[in-house]
Amino acid sequence: MDLFSEYGSAILEAFGLTLRLAVFSGIFSLILGVVLAVFRVSPVPVLRWIGAAVVYTFRNTPLTLVMFFALFGLFYQLKIGASQTAPLNEQNFQLAVIALSVYTSTFVCEVLRSGINTVPLGQAEAARAIGLTFSQNLRLVVLPQALRSVLNPLASVMIAMIKNTTVAVTIGVVTAKGVNEASGQMRTMMENEADQIVLIFIIFAIGFMILTLPVGFLAGWASKKFAVIR
Amino acid sequence: MTVLDTEPTSAPSGDALVVLDHVDKHYGDLHVLQDINLEIKRGEVVVVIGPSGSGKSTLCRTINRLETIDSGTIKLDGKELPAEGRGLAKLRAEVGMVFQSFNLFAHKTILQNVTLGPMKVRKLKKAEAEAEAKKLLDRVGVGAQASKYPAQLSGGQQQRVAIARALAMKPQVMLFDEPTSALDPEMVKEVLDVMVSLAKEGMTMIVVTHEMGFARVAADRVVFMADGQIVESNTPAEFFDNPQSERAKDFLGKILKH
Repeated sequence: MDLFSEYGSAILEAFGLTLRLAVFSGIFSLILGVVLAVFRVSPVPVLRWIGAAVVYTFRNTPLTLVMFFALFGLFYQLKIGASQTAPLNEQNFQLAVIALSVYTSTFVCEVLRSGINTVPLGQAEAARAIGLTFSQNLRLVVLPQALRSVLNPLASVMIAMIKNTTVAVTIGVVTAKGVNEASGQMRTMMENEADQIVLIFIIFAIGFMILTLPVGFLAGWASKKFAVIR
Repeated sequence: MTVLDTEPTSAPSGDALVVLDHVDKHYGDLHVLQDINLEIKRGEVVVVIGPSGSGKSTLCRTINRLETIDSGTIKLDGKELPAEGRGLAKLRAEVGMVFQSFNLFAHKTILQNVTLGPMKVRKLKKAEAEAEAKKLLDRVGVGAQASKYPAQLSGGQQQRVAIARALAMKPQVMLFDEPTSALDPEMVKEVLDVMVSLAKEGMTMIVVTHEMGFARVAADRVVFMADGQIVESNTPAEFFDNPQSERAKDFLGKILKH
């Protein structure tokens, strides 16, 4: 098959970039999502307000807008978000990770918050009764139980995030060799090989499924293994 | 040395440990606690009884501030309860609480349930906390279940673990909020037995319960509440055999008839 002999390494490199975007955004969005969730259930009104403002803003804005804002607003106008002296491809990569992380963290936050609501009030009361502080209570009792109850919905958020890496094409995220992430690479191939469009679609669809299916399977397995039995 | 090892004292030793002074609380229009004045001496076992909705559980929960109060003061060992923050957490560590629905930490083993407080609040080393926890678990008769999770235990076993968890903090006073009300009848005794032995060892206890047998055997004093007020406060013998108020007579008539 000459499609593979000609584009094989570029396809791999494109999915490599997709994977890197997904891994970094996954880590940062989980961390930021936990922080936002803690803000939203905190007893301090200012923190609750900040948490709600971030969630309402970024959850209700299209990712494309957030991505554009990261590049044009954050980076070009405000001069923050990435090093001005870094190579262009690294600047864009960092900005895409920031946009994707902030956007995804709002969904992580809301999933976690619904998880917190599944933890019976008595658990938190018992934790308070033995003298745990608010943050110990969250860290040691409430969040571990909340997290276990939302592994599956959390996986859905992560799968959506992996697919959302394709939006990075709008701000031209490329590898050092100039290869786009997967959807950009797909477009390039479709332009060059117009007679094999269906096959190209299938190749990239399978590529994404290879990245996303394990996330769902892993979450399904983990949610059974770590289920909290009441 | 655990709380359980302390020398048995039969009578309350004197100084006031918990003092409620003109305590009032409302839930919206409902005046759930009306001018409550109550003094519990060190080593005293006070049983609070009364009809549903009389405010007895609320009273119990105000003592470690799981419920806030609108006015009045509650003092523990001479110090007023802090409103929030670290001070409050510190105070709660001094007040053991046993809930109606056990509330064992569902994601932790029995042993971890008992060691969590001592390790995170009292800053004990893990080995030390575990040694103490095992002693306490043996003491309440669930030592063999240490590595299981709460859901694998019967209700009576879970409640005994909950007592061990509270005792592990070496509290000055123990609050019991209807500890046997969610149990199957055959499991009530095993929990009450632990509570009776605690009482005999001199633990200060405030017990909200419907177990009149426990009140007769273990209580130094019975407090009868109705409609948010303390109606009567007397020795168990006097209260059960010779209730003074109409409300108490009516209540006892209803529950002792069967």
